[in-house]
Amino acid sequence: MFDPAAAAVEGALAAGAEYADARVVVSRRQSLEALNETIESLDQSESAGVGVRALIGSSWGFFATAEAEDAGRAGEAAAAIARASASVPGPPLTLADVPVREDSYETPHVEDPFAVSLTEKADLLVGVTKTMGAVDGVALARASLTAWDTRKWFVSSQGHRISQHLVECGGGMDATAVGEAETQRRSYPQAFGQFESGGYEVIRRFDLPGNAERVADEAVALLSAPECPEATTDLVLESSQLALQIHESVGHAIELDRILGWEAAFAGTSFLELPRLGSLTYGSALMNITADATLPGALGSFGYDDEGTPAQRVDIVKEGRWVGVLSGRDSAAVAGLPPGGMVRGDGYNRLPMVRMTNVGLVPGESSLDEIIGATDDGILMATNRSWSIDDKRLNFQFGCEVAWEIRGGRLGRMLKNPTYTGITPQFWATMDMLAGGSEWIHWGVPNCGKGQPMQTAHTGHPAAPARFRGVRVGVRG
Amino acid sequence: MTPAELCQQVLALVGDRAEAQVTAQRGRPALTRFANSFIHQNVGEAGGSVHLKVALPDSASGRRVAAASTTRADADGLTALVEGTLAAAALRPVDPDWPGLAPPAPVPDVDHYDAATEDATPDERARRVRAFVDAGPGLRAAGYCDTDGGTVAFANSAGQRAEGRSTRATIDGIHQTADSAGSGHATAARLADLDAAGVGATAADRALRSQAAADIEPGEYEVVLEPECVATILIFLAFYGFNAKQVIEGQSGIRLGEAQFDPAVSIWDDATAPEALGVAFDADGTPKRRLDLVRAGVATALAHDRRTAKKMGTESTGHAVPESDAFGAIPSNLFLGPADASFGAGTADLITSTGRGLLVTTFNYCRILDPKTQVVTGLTRNGTFLIEDGKVRGGVKNLRFTQSFLDALGPGNVLGISREARFADSEFGPGLVHCPALRLGTWRFTGGARG
Repeated sequence: MFDPAAAAVEGALAAGAEYADARVVVSRRQSLEALNETIESLDQSESAGVGVRALIGSSWGFFATAEAEDAGRAGEAAAAIARASASVPGPPLTLADVPVREDSYETPHVEDPFAVSLTEKADLLVGVTKTMGAVDGVALARASLTAWDTRKWFVSSQGHRISQHLVECGGGMDATAVGEAETQRRSYPQAFGQFESGGYEVIRRFDLPGNAERVADEAVALLSAPECPEATTDLVLESSQLALQIHESVGHAIELDRILGWEAAFAGTSFLELPRLGSLTYGSALMNITADATLPGALGSFGYDDEGTPAQRVDIVKEGRWVGVLSGRDSAAVAGLPPGGMVRGDGYNRLPMVRMTNVGLVPGESSLDEIIGATDDGILMATNRSWSIDDKRLNFQFGCEVAWEIRGGRLGRMLKNPTYTGITPQFWATMDMLAGGSEWIHWGVPNCGKGQPMQTAHTGHPAAPARFRGVRVGVRG
Repeated sequence: MTPAELCQQVLALVGDRAEAQVTAQRGRPALTRFANSFIHQNVGEAGGSVHLKVALPDSASGRRVAAASTTRADADGLTALVEGTLAAAALRPVDPDWPGLAPPAPVPDVDHYDAATEDATPDERARRVRAFVDAGPGLRAAGYCDTDGGTVAFANSAGQRAEGRSTRATIDGIHQTADSAGSGHATAARLADLDAAGVGATAADRALRSQAAADIEPGEYEVVLEPECVATILIFLAFYGFNAKQVIEGQSGIRLGEAQFDPAVSIWDDATAPEALGVAFDADGTPKRRLDLVRAGVATALAHDRRTAKKMGTESTGHAVPESDAFGAIPSNLFLGPADASFGAGTADLITSTGRGLLVTTFNYCRILDPKTQVVTGLTRNGTFLIEDGKVRGGVKNLRFTQSFLDALGPGNVLGISREARFADSEFGPGLVHCPALRLGTWRFTGGARG
């Protein structure tokens, strides 16, 4: 399957491109969703084609086709688009150097998720919705599974020839209780499910049946729980909510294309400015963030990015100081930084762009029990329900499914409709306790949206429970 | 093969083994993106997809249903699609709610199509980008110009056939100063109808006027919302409110027959309107027709696909999307207008009639806290202005709001509706909502630039 990619590159070069690369991508996706003891949807999709980038001067063009025999013409079209780009040209561009490799990579996995029978998957999902639905007061019991199988063949005009086979899957369940003027939901393992690199063994580890009744009980209990109060207090976040906090207030902020203004009109920019790289205080000394595309089992892991750069582990924040970014060959060259190997595209027909890999916290030395025990007056929030942040990644507001008050080092009453809000560096500066050990989990986000046309990426976010001091909670409409 | 031929080919491969419906589309989307006042990403695509849903007979009412899609339109790809989907259906539990296939019915004769737009070249898009950039001399421009066009066909084994073609073109972007930004947007069926220079001038004007923005205290403010904000409100109401699946599940706040909205407001969906975009049938093959969701403040209808219609004992309204089984029916040709034409005012009049309030041009990153209450949090972006004594006094820094979108359009809160309506970007894509600006009595801002 290298041949169509090579033909696309040759087509672009023959049409005047100074550099070209192409990816043949064949991706399969299978998803099942169950609602109240029935399979609500069973969907399988396959896409296959070739996408080619051409660089002329400082101007890019990209073209994709589903027809392999049209690969050469796709390369010509990419070059023609690059020439049109040059009518509104940017500054001179030289791609950052990366090693030229001929290699292959496959996600370590045990059990092909597509080989597991649909009957077994459906029985699992229907079964847990039956367990959740049996709890009095549960109106909606949902469960879902999704698996991806992606094969890529990458060729560049500099000599790259890299094939990859990525296997990913995950899923989860949630119970919703409906009140007179509200809905309350509890999810497991996290909101919208947990996703990892790996085979069906990922799903087997979740133990959905063992958690179904608890999830349902908590959803119903939320209807009669008191509201999260409006207050400024100590906030303890469980790890999946902290993972999303990292995704939104660190992961997107450190994307070099945002910092350079390339996403200004849509996704936005960043509060980070390159002259302050190495000196800006992002958070407390407990805050150590890495972007690690080599992390086994995490959803943002791979062998090579879609520019042929090897996966790597990059320091982003060290002891609270901002030290790194997410980058690709063009953005790194513009910024004068080493390329990070963080450029990926969604399928064959989307332009590769800077995306998060596994951006997360280096584990701390505490535990959730210790954090709660050390908190005299605070709130523990768990499992995301809503998320919103401004276009510079500064002003955020999150809602969680559930909270518990903490009094005198012990968990107290359950609270509903918890929200918290803050400003990114001020918030991270208040982190004074961080768990680790078995409570450090690489949570997966399978739907990170970016770019125009919109594309989604699979990202990972290692996190553990942590405490933040003096946070505004209980914002409501 | 044409999309219609692809549909026929797939139906033939299924044969009499199952009930089946097929949607095939081919198109040539292309998008030219710019930032820092130059084109930095420029993409095009030729291709299409085939989407198949099959229902294997199991009992008098139940079926085993599966769906699949592919971009492989060759013989091997179509065969793999059909056999894989049938095999998957055979292994799944019975679907007790299968509503059956759409019966043969005529599709409204609409043609929101322009060949020149489907055939638009990268150079034509680049010229619009140049015009947008040049409209803000000395400013930094970012945004996109795109064209999308193609043909979609539907066929099912019950005999329904439909085919349509459509185009859309958009110019959307911002101009930026050192401390401010302003946005502009235009969408039409024809690229030739886009005034890129005018849109760029609007963005530049907003950016310049919002420099040195003041930091104001959050709280309750009267607001004038530009169409982009109104479009976002309508999308949330459509997805979480008027979506019949949300109602069936008890998660919608919409109560049919009740005056939940201000009597000045009417909301409808109409793929057959002359200014609409897209084709006039849905993913089930059901013909689209005008659907009045709110008449003079009263919630009057829900959006249905065949599945929700069966559950509620009514007819599909033609709003199925490919993911309807999970998400429900979604209106995508939304309009908002005054219930009484005499209520309309000029956009400038909305401002001059405001004593003290805020003019908001766009929202950013809106997310729902609870679908039943329609409480949404989000931020203002790309131009927020203080209005005092009927005049725009200057820019203010972006604010966070936490506001029920149902309450926002509730009785007594709609103080003015602009006569000028247009397609507005909705944060969920262009061309979905055609709406005016609104003046609302109160809007709850819960945070400022400092948190």
